[in-house]
Amino acid sequence: MGATNEEQQLMTETMRDTQAQIIEGLRKQLKKSMPLEPTTNIVRDLHLDSLAVMDFIMSLEDLFEIVIPLDRVAEVETLGDLALVVDELRGRK
Amino acid sequence: MVFEGMLSSTEGMYRGRKTILLGTNNYLGLTFDEACIEESVAAVRTHGTGTTGSRIANGSYGTHRNLEKSLAQFFNREHCMVFSTGYQANLGMLSTLAGKGDYLLLDSDSHASIYDGARLGHAEVVRFRHNDPDDLRKRLKRLANEPGQKLVVVEGIYSMLGDLAPLREFAAVKREMGAWLMVDEAHSLGVLGDNGRGLAEESGVEADCDFIVGTFSKSLGSVGGFCVSNVDDFDILRVACRPYMFTASLPPSVMASTIMALRRMQEEPQRRKRLHENAERLYYGLRNLGFVVGPHCSPIVSVVVADAPLAVEFWNRLLEGGLYLNLALPPATPTPAPLLRSSISAVHTSAQIDRALQLFEAVGRQLGVLPPMVSSSAARKRVAASLNAPPLAEVAMLASGGIR
Repeated sequence: MGATNEEQQLMTETMRDTQAQIIEGLRKQLKKSMPLEPTTNIVRDLHLDSLAVMDFIMSLEDLFEIVIPLDRVAEVETLGDLALVVDELRGRK
Repeated sequence: MVFEGMLSSTEGMYRGRKTILLGTNNYLGLTFDEACIEESVAAVRTHGTGTTGSRIANGSYGTHRNLEKSLAQFFNREHCMVFSTGYQANLGMLSTLAGKGDYLLLDSDSHASIYDGARLGHAEVVRFRHNDPDDLRKRLKRLANEPGQKLVVVEGIYSMLGDLAPLREFAAVKREMGAWLMVDEAHSLGVLGDNGRGLAEESGVEADCDFIVGTFSKSLGSVGGFCVSNVDDFDILRVACRPYMFTASLPPSVMASTIMALRRMQEEPQRRKRLHENAERLYYGLRNLGFVVGPHCSPIVSVVVADAPLAVEFWNRLLEGGLYLNLALPPATPTPAPLLRSSISAVHTSAQIDRALQLFEAVGRQLGVLPPMVSSSAARKRVAASLNAPPLAEVAMLASGGIR
């Protein structure tokens, strides 16, 4: 049985909230301001090296009180992808 | 770069000139030990040059068993498995011990062999902040309701900055949270502990360390890796651990010199004493000159440099001056700052270390890493200031490109 309209709406709101929190966290970490959208590619557009990405992931784990296993990070390219992973893991809690 | 030859454990020939070796992890200086060489030569004459295959396919030699027995005895453990390299020891243990549904908790500064071992297996991999037992506890708590086993992996001495793990605190977290603990003593075997068993011995927590892995290619002067443990059914790993099963086993000559090196290490504790004296001479020598070094004094002494081009130039000039050490560039380094990494040996002479310090100072001033020569009273003030500053804060400042 699929999700009801209300459930779908709630899921979308949670997703937006996750995205907003990720973007806010990233703004604090980045030294210069740049446009941050769900389509922003984390490595290519933000010029973050692997160390910075991993530090950011750890800070998100703390922010959302979740564990993001390394293999889940491998599938992430954009901020939107990251929000999807975080959202899924938040749902598991 | 290619050395034309090795003159001793601390000197090689490079481009026709004698070069001090300050980056070879040869902590006890046993690579040219007469007894180790004799054992190796005798073994190659008796047993041949190689085993030509894996222990699973070709069988074990008595020397494999002897080496495992010697190591188990040395560590006071029931079981030991040897691997063809230290890299493979981590690859094998991490990929086999933790299976699907289990969790590997890795220090974020872990060596590549630990990350690669984790990737080869099927466990979920979680990182915790470097040398931070509270952060580990926090992450283990988040996993408290997950059914799988949790294996925490830390290193005795970290290979890039030479810093030590707070192992007593990690062991306490492990006990509290019911996890397993593995310690990689690659850089601490022969270096730490009254008997040279590593950080677990020095910290008095050997009973909490379920698995100890290590390598023969540093203090023991050969090549190969091992894992020792008291865990029941350990030997099942011999038919499950792919990096153990599907590669050629160690050749007899290597094992023979390793067994002798293990004996020499125990018979000559003065080597360890000398090693620490040498480490202090280099570490505090560099720090007093004004260089930014790692947070702990250990046989790994790294100087933090602001950026890669500067580090490359610095390294080249040291080499031209007759000093070889390691150039470590990101992402192999714990922060975006490159490192000029030295590893000291018990058999370095004071004169060799002083020569290294002279070269560091000269090149540091040429390249502006150190300020130009100043009057002695001003220099004293500068050194005092650098000693008061917390070293890690300096590292962080350099990593962010703050100063050069």
